[in-house]
Amino acid sequence: MNVLEATGLEVRYGDLTAVDGVTLALTEGETVAVLGANGAGKSTLLAALAGTHLPTSGRVLLDGEPVTRVPAHRRVRRGIALVPEGRRIFGSLTVEENLLMGRYPKRPGPWDLRAVYDMFPLVAEMKDRRGSVLSGGQQQAVAIGRALLANPRVLLLDEVSLGLAPTVVTQIYDAVRRITEAGTTALVVEQDLDQALRVADRVQCLLGGRTVLEAPAAGLDRAAVADAYFGTHPRRGRTPAR
Amino acid sequence: MDWLNAGVQGVLLGGQYALLACGLSLIFGVMRIVNLAHGVLAVLAAYLSLVLVQQGLPLSLAMVVVVPVFAALGYAVQRGLFNPALAQVRGRTSGELAPLLVSFGVAVALTNLLQEVFSADTRRIPTGGLASAGLPLGELSIGVLPLITLVVATAVIAGVQLFLARTATGRAMRAVADDAGAAAMTGVDPKHMYAVATALAFATLALAGVFVGMSTQFSPGYGDLVLLFAFEAVIIGGLGSLWGTLAGGVVLGLAQTIGAQIDPQSGVLAGHLVFLAVLVVRPGGLLPRSVQA
Repeated sequence: MNVLEATGLEVRYGDLTAVDGVTLALTEGETVAVLGANGAGKSTLLAALAGTHLPTSGRVLLDGEPVTRVPAHRRVRRGIALVPEGRRIFGSLTVEENLLMGRYPKRPGPWDLRAVYDMFPLVAEMKDRRGSVLSGGQQQAVAIGRALLANPRVLLLDEVSLGLAPTVVTQIYDAVRRITEAGTTALVVEQDLDQALRVADRVQCLLGGRTVLEAPAAGLDRAAVADAYFGTHPRRGRTPAR
Repeated sequence: MDWLNAGVQGVLLGGQYALLACGLSLIFGVMRIVNLAHGVLAVLAAYLSLVLVQQGLPLSLAMVVVVPVFAALGYAVQRGLFNPALAQVRGRTSGELAPLLVSFGVAVALTNLLQEVFSADTRRIPTGGLASAGLPLGELSIGVLPLITLVVATAVIAGVQLFLARTATGRAMRAVADDAGAAAMTGVDPKHMYAVATALAFATLALAGVFVGMSTQFSPGYGDLVLLFAFEAVIIGGLGSLWGTLAGGVVLGLAQTIGAQIDPQSGVLAGHLVFLAVLVVRPGGLLPRSVQA
């Protein structure tokens, strides 16, 4: 059975249809990367899955149970944890308090403070610092740790690389890779194709709120991804070389 | 000697102001709402305990009844009135104006309701001589009731502070104050957490109201003055900081008693001037901090 499943999902912001009939499924232990350009509907899709922005139609199932209209705070308790775009660290709370917020749903599982500190040793060193003084990379590590501490059935990661230096992005994705290899089911929204392919089993490309490509990550044709990314149709659009 | 006396009485008076201001500070710190019904609600608590005492209940027992009733009332008011008002404005630029106006409506309606039920006559909660009892300290006399009020105020503020700093619910409350949306993503229901904060605020406000009712003649309109002094204590102490609110209450009390020592007519005015000076010099208050920790 699929851990997370969305069918015919349509999400609107006022008159704008940001996600237009997307269907998506994650099996146990699988990592799927949702790719696409700015405005393709990636983050909106995640918002609908996490419950921070409810869809106008379609269904979201968690372990076969419908959660389509369940608000975000109850969805976390049932096992959907979101690492939000922009990280959303609590600035006045210490690093450890930020992490402990992940324990608020009290879901049992392998992740505790120690496991998160083992995963991110730099975070452990900063546990008494306030969230507001952290660098972007440190904040990202704390945001991932906070979501892991909810011991989610499925982890949603939104634009983890955004605004971070390339070396920091690599470090963060090293950690993401260890997390997904340990068996956590994850959905990664990413603009950075290389990083996404390091962790993903499958990719799904969005364009204008619709799925335009679904493929296994292994042996993925990059040209096809680029075409899906930008909505170009090279075989038809290009004039023959001769 | 008179100056020393003014200083001691000022600190004691400050205890009452701090106790009154604690709930206002908490609601502002968590939700950025200024609850304009704060004063009249404290007066309502005083009336309620007066009625209970007149029915033959001991005052201490009346408090045990009134404080939880007000906590429940606070939860209901937040869920029924303030949360819907907040939901209307969140995401738009109008800020927290809607809940402010709602609380203003509550204040006006409640003041009139109190006048209908209790008339405009001044009342006082009978204390069996406690209000006039004094402890001799050298040539000074320390009022027992103001001393108890100061101790209770300090204990309440320390208690709320401990709750915020050490418990999972307190931590969640601070998280909601920082970023309600992100808190929801960790499993906290912001609406519920707001209501818990208001319940706590109303409980402290009820306690403060009973102490005011014991020490002062009050009438339905007395809430305006209570709100004013509480608001001044919060601003002087720095918005959103509870220890700052205690300090703010003491500074306000000192300003009033020392001002009265200079000119007996000008005590309250001196308090207002200190408040004004703080606003001019540091708009954020003496101990500015965005959120309590």
